[in-house]
Amino acid sequence: MPDPLLAERGKLFSVKSDWAYLLILYGVSGLFALICVVFLISVIVSSIPAWRHSGLSILYGRTWSQATDSFGALPIIVGTLLTTAIALVLAIPIGIGSALAIVHVLPGRARIFASSLVELLAAVPSVVYGLWGLLVLAPWFEKTVEPDLADITNGHWPFNPPFEGVGVLLAGCVLFVMILPMIVALSRDAISVVPNDQFEGALSVGATKWQVLRSVVLPAARTGIVGAVTLATARALGETVAVAMVIGLNPLFPHSLFSTASTLASTIALQFQDATPLQVAALGALAVILMAMTAIVNWIGRRLIQRSGAQAQFG
Amino acid sequence: MMSTTIEGVPPDPMLERRELIQQVAHKTLKRRMLRSRVVVGLCGFALLLALIPLFAILFSLVQKGLRWWSIDFFTKTPQFPSLLYPNDVGGIANALIGSLVIDTLAAVIAIPIGVVTGLFLAESDGQLANALRMTAEIMTGLPSILLGIFAYQMLVIGFHEWGIKLPGIGFAGIAGSFALGILMIPIIIKASENALRSVPFTIREAALALGARNGVVSRKVVIPTALPGLITAVLLALSRAVGETAPILWVIGASTVVTWNPLHEMASMPLQIFQSSTSPYTSLRAETWGIALTLVIIVLFLNLGSRLLAAWLRRERR
Repeated sequence: MPDPLLAERGKLFSVKSDWAYLLILYGVSGLFALICVVFLISVIVSSIPAWRHSGLSILYGRTWSQATDSFGALPIIVGTLLTTAIALVLAIPIGIGSALAIVHVLPGRARIFASSLVELLAAVPSVVYGLWGLLVLAPWFEKTVEPDLADITNGHWPFNPPFEGVGVLLAGCVLFVMILPMIVALSRDAISVVPNDQFEGALSVGATKWQVLRSVVLPAARTGIVGAVTLATARALGETVAVAMVIGLNPLFPHSLFSTASTLASTIALQFQDATPLQVAALGALAVILMAMTAIVNWIGRRLIQRSGAQAQFG
Repeated sequence: MMSTTIEGVPPDPMLERRELIQQVAHKTLKRRMLRSRVVVGLCGFALLLALIPLFAILFSLVQKGLRWWSIDFFTKTPQFPSLLYPNDVGGIANALIGSLVIDTLAAVIAIPIGVVTGLFLAESDGQLANALRMTAEIMTGLPSILLGIFAYQMLVIGFHEWGIKLPGIGFAGIAGSFALGILMIPIIIKASENALRSVPFTIREAALALGARNGVVSRKVVIPTALPGLITAVLLALSRAVGETAPILWVIGASTVVTWNPLHEMASMPLQIFQSSTSPYTSLRAETWGIALTLVIIVLFLNLGSRLLAAWLRRERR
């Protein structure tokens, strides 16, 4: 009767040489690389007819109209940048404050609890944020928030009527809620890798908690926090469905914070239907602009996070 | 506190300076403590502010969504409300089954590619691996609508233009699976690389010392040890894909009938939310909350389930 242990050992030895294993590793990784390359080429190729039709004026043209086939994406790019800026202005102080509170204010149990709540916020699908923005926030903005804000400036810029609910401000606020968990989680990671003896050392020479946070913890975690904000920026620039639902798609320059506008991703999402091949190509050109913007911002963010030593937990 | 001066010896500048610092620190203590308390309080307030949207969304979902849950809601297909029955909007059976089929197929596409590429990145540190790692990281950050355009170009119109006639070309569930699969791959790569790297090197060395080849070590030692992490990786990627709307927006069509065949037009829950939320019918708009509640529960179940399962498997092993 053969020894089962020996048989097992024999199996280990008798396995065919390693080339099959290497073939699978390189083959599958190569397949992934191939998909990425085909993806890049496909998006760029799909936009060629539009660049041929309008040239570089897609980048700086001021009118975007499907009816006349004029493709100038400047208002759309401005709308993208404006909504992202609103989201960042709200999310940076609140996000970093929350991260500081999670790491250095809350006691052990509550820290884990608050962390998982924030991660829960990150798991909610973007279409649900859009739904909430459209059906809950938009009426509230229209009836309460926007008139109140307009009272501050007497209806002058940047809070001029009409109040429509949907618009740049609402889109910025929805984006704020969506990128907040990312900023909190990533800057929490960056803050919590600051060595504890530095924190305690500063406390022991008589600094108050805020002095320690400001002059020891935040400078040490700076790279990671900037990286977190950069990644969140990329997310905000490319967010599609939620923004498409609350921005009131209107390819004109936003004249106030309440006016409807459009962003690159939401224009692609909403104008794809009923588009002629040329218009599809124009949307492809928007996609190329969007891809370039987000890829660059993302690359910078990843680099910063890598350098800060904190692990990126978010995709 | 006072430094004593010995006659004939000049005062020590270090001591004087220390005394000055102590005096200033003492004088400003109250102000500094107050400021510190205020700022720390503000940080706590920021955290509170950050959590308000979560509770607001969950509250809206439960308050407005729960009353739509019924047998009919999960077994019927959608219908437009009529004048006589303005609240009769049918159910979401088509979207449930569509989501199930599309997301399962996406996982089938993504898991082998993602895990094997993750294994490659965990095993190798060369230039090639670094380039792939960077590519995967940039892919995760790209807006998902781009994948929708890709799937549209390749599957919906691509083969048509090249004159190739295949079943399932045109608007079909499979095109959505393709887009969501590509969305999942980089997420799985990143997470499974981390899981596979955390396998202690001593275990590998023990297997190698017994004479096992690299392939056997990976298959019989590394992957089984990292299994909890791999399962977490897949479920996390899946929980992301289930909720995604943008990649499938223009590629799966919008079917209102129940079909299990991914070569046909299909429906999907996120897509149905997106479309009904701007519907002119009040009752259809209200029904969206029911779909959203279902979707959020599925996503949270996958998300939390992955963590709990991984924790449980890890404990089981010890």
